[in-house]
Amino acid sequence: MLSSAQLRKLAEISRRYDRSVGHFTTRQNMQLNWPKFEETPEILGELASVEMHAVQTSGNCIRNITTDQFAGIAPDELTDPRPYCEVLRQWSTFHPEFAFLPRKFKIAVNAAREDRAVIRAHDVGLEIVNNDAGEIGVRVFVGGGLGRTPVIGKVIREFLPRKHLLSYLDAVLRVYNRYGRRDNMYKARIKILVNALGVEEFTRQVEAEWSHLKDGATTLTDAEFERVARHFTAPEYEHLPQDDFSYAAHLKEDKAFASWAKRCAHAHKVPGYAAVTLSLKAPGFAPGDISDLQMEVIADLADRFSFGELRVTHEQNVVLSDIRKRDLHEIWKISRANGLATPNIGLLTDMICCPGGDLCALANARSVPIAEAIQSKFDDLDYLYDIGDISLNISGCMNSCGHHHVANIGVLGVDKNGEEWYQITVGGQQGNATAIGKVIGPSFYADEVPLVIAALITVYTEQRTPSERFIDTLQRIGIEPFKQRAYAGRDKRKPARADASENLTEVVNA
Amino acid sequence: MPKIIKNGQIIDDDWQILKLDGEQTAASLAWPDGNIMVPMTAWLERKAEILSRSKRPGVWLDSHEDVEAIAGDLEHFVVIGLNFPKFTDGRAYSTARLLRERYAYRGEIRAIGDVLQDQLFYMKRCGIDAFALREGKDIEAALSGLRVFSETYQAAVDQPQPLFRRRTA
Repeated sequence: MLSSAQLRKLAEISRRYDRSVGHFTTRQNMQLNWPKFEETPEILGELASVEMHAVQTSGNCIRNITTDQFAGIAPDELTDPRPYCEVLRQWSTFHPEFAFLPRKFKIAVNAAREDRAVIRAHDVGLEIVNNDAGEIGVRVFVGGGLGRTPVIGKVIREFLPRKHLLSYLDAVLRVYNRYGRRDNMYKARIKILVNALGVEEFTRQVEAEWSHLKDGATTLTDAEFERVARHFTAPEYEHLPQDDFSYAAHLKEDKAFASWAKRCAHAHKVPGYAAVTLSLKAPGFAPGDISDLQMEVIADLADRFSFGELRVTHEQNVVLSDIRKRDLHEIWKISRANGLATPNIGLLTDMICCPGGDLCALANARSVPIAEAIQSKFDDLDYLYDIGDISLNISGCMNSCGHHHVANIGVLGVDKNGEEWYQITVGGQQGNATAIGKVIGPSFYADEVPLVIAALITVYTEQRTPSERFIDTLQRIGIEPFKQRAYAGRDKRKPARADASENLTEVVNA
Repeated sequence: MPKIIKNGQIIDDDWQILKLDGEQTAASLAWPDGNIMVPMTAWLERKAEILSRSKRPGVWLDSHEDVEAIAGDLEHFVVIGLNFPKFTDGRAYSTARLLRERYAYRGEIRAIGDVLQDQLFYMKRCGIDAFALREGKDIEAALSGLRVFSETYQAAVDQPQPLFRRRTA
């Protein structure tokens, strides 16, 4: 969540200290790619002036806590997850015991029926649930993660009462801090420990540790939870009817607006309101990049229409969370004039993409040009709508910042003898049915990638039933037809081998 | 004489840390005169002998060594050293808390090894009260590392109540 003032400050910082552009990451943070090292103290000072910081954004510590971009407004949520996140933020900030863990540690929280925070791909995922007695607590997933060894988190506790949240996490982290591997940084994430011990033994160790910590001073009090929760009050909503006449009229009259609304306006739990996703996936622009001027436009939109607040999504878009339906048309016009209304949310071109080899010292390959090539191959909106819901994510190296493992179609940059190659996976999913995609075979040259994507899509459009999404068809007919089409006509070329001979150099970011 | 930080003051220190370098094993280790901190393995193997010396011993644990092994022996130690082979190896933070909070050890806990100013605040919070800085580091300057923040969120050894409990009090 950001306030309009914070976003304006980021715009100013990007202008003064960078190249007038920022990049939203899957951690829902902003990354600046070209600040001068010696100017970072000034930048941190500027950030502090609007209550922002860069604490625990790197290092082997507990990173920022993330959650659903629709927190507090989603019709399908059990409760607002934000107070949980804030309680966890305070607990994790300069935690004295866990500042030098074996590796970085990411925690995500979901309180909705549909998980939009990818909690199963986090070191710890917390799902807020009620037990049979109607008490509130969390289901604890541990050991999920992407990177070199993608693993889906496992449940180590079905129900943990809310008051035990912090002491239980202290126990999880203590077991990890003491026994996580430190001899090999590629095997140091908690998922490796959980897999090595087995989830039963890991759980036993956590419970044994927790038996000493349970009911201690760290036990969360209702008073504290409520104090924190009072910071996340609902804004002063108007009492509105569910349907708005002018909105309905605009939808009928204006096809382009209707297309946008279909993809970019989302259900809201308050009648007469909607949430809006402003797409940062316009053709020709790096996914997640936002210019200083766009930041200012969004800040103005937030002030005018959405109580001065906005959210960043892990899919690298921006959400205005509290929009009266009657304002949607105006917002669309302004955002369209500023390159923020590409009506592609949830479609093929709404790609998650890391900065890649153009900017990142760790990357094996560039990712942004691949994203652009796919965008220009799929520039026909009608065709994109016809393809429908699909996720396509791109990572420039196996650190997997682009979340390619959990995309329906994943693209991974690999380095082979100094050349950029791309490995394609299919069948990955985020959300409740989180799944890791499977590699379809040997990797491809950069210029082949859009053609391979097109081939995969063609198999889907040929084989689908009227109600099926890409992932449904894939699950029904299996990977084989997709594989065959992807490699059809390619056997004459000397194939690249996706085996151990590939130089899968991994560099681990600090 | 070497200096350490103890309880926020710079003091002279005469403790010798015995190490198992190269050929040296717990069995072959000789005891020099004066105050000695012995490796945990040596303590476990040669307890009676160490206790028969005229001076009360110290022991030190490497970062991978489990404190549970000496949990029953704590009354014997004047000082327990916790080694940080690299500052990025954070296992001893947990060890320190276990010593203080689970095993109620009241003697000195000394950080040894790659001990740097930037880590002192965390160390202090976990119950480490003495710091033998890495060689070549400015011990005077390091003192300020103990006072980085005026307030803390979490319960820890130096402040057993989390901020939220003190806020409502």
